[in-house]
Amino acid sequence: MINYITLTYQVSGDDFTRAGEASSDVKSKLKQMGVSPEMVRKVAISMYEGEINMVIHAHGGIIKVTISPHEILMVLEDQGPGIPDVEKAMQAGYSTAPENIRSLGFGAGMGLPNMKKYTDEMDIKTKIGVGTTVTMKVKL
Amino acid sequence: MIWGEMLLDREVHTACGSDMMSDVLAFVKDQSVLLTGLCNMQAIRTAEMMDIICIVFVRGKVPDEAMIQLAREREIVLLSSGHRMFSACGLLYEKGLRGGAPYR
Ligand SMILES: Nc1ncnc2c1ncn2[C@@H]1O[C@H](COP(=O)(O)OP(=O)(O)OP(=O)(O)O)[C@@H](O)[C@H]1O
Ligand SMILES: [Mg+2]
Repeated sequence: MINYITLTYQVSGDDFTRAGEASSDVKSKLKQMGVSPEMVRKVAISMYEGEINMVIHAHGGIIKVTISPHEILMVLEDQGPGIPDVEKAMQAGYSTAPENIRSLGFGAGMGLPNMKKYTDEMDIKTKIGVGTTVTMKVKL
Repeated sequence: MIWGEMLLDREVHTACGSDMMSDVLAFVKDQSVLLTGLCNMQAIRTAEMMDIICIVFVRGKVPDEAMIQLAREREIVLLSSGHRMFSACGLLYEKGLRGGAPYR
């Protein structure tokens, strides 16, 4: 029996209309696998926030999702500008998103705190000019 | 009514209204209808992630074909209203829709 699956997604940084496709695919796969709706939603919301961040702040990146019997692991890796002050970025309401992002419905500075809220573990590794890796875990 | 005639027998009790998807993702909990003036793919995506089953576009916004296609795939009913946000919310509130539990 296969007890874990890894899914890999290339997230484009140029196409905002397509942001969320990876999260959407993971959501429907988890649903199909019979994961409880509450857990599916936790994963969907946190991954979608991360995917949107990748597109609006970091010109896209790669998302790897590992589904195992006891947890779902999401690793979002980008080669964007990095986050100068992670502690500040984690605060609700802190955003560097420009006005044009706000007119697209994002940039309230709620994404990172929301990802923290919906996951059991979250870790951010970031280096200025090199990129950011966000790792999140949801226990089943 | 833009899409979803065949899903009209679904019952909804709670709704939320916002043009900011950031706020919908962060503050909404278990609401089934989203009223919004934001008319782009991410409005549909956000609804999908939040298990929202109906979107009402206010201020006469009309979704494009790609948005309707996505909503169809995810079985999200789409409505469009000429009312502004406040009035559209008020009309639905009058008909019995509620906001759900207060935040926190
Ligand atoms: N992958 C990333 N690369 C570079 N900077 C990032 C990344 N993710 C987040 N940030 C920085 O952290 C800030 C806070 O992120 P957060 O997701 O909380 O808010 P936001 O994306 O600005 O708005 P919202 O998520 O509410 O739409 C961002 O404004 C940005 O400066
Ligand atoms: Mg964000």
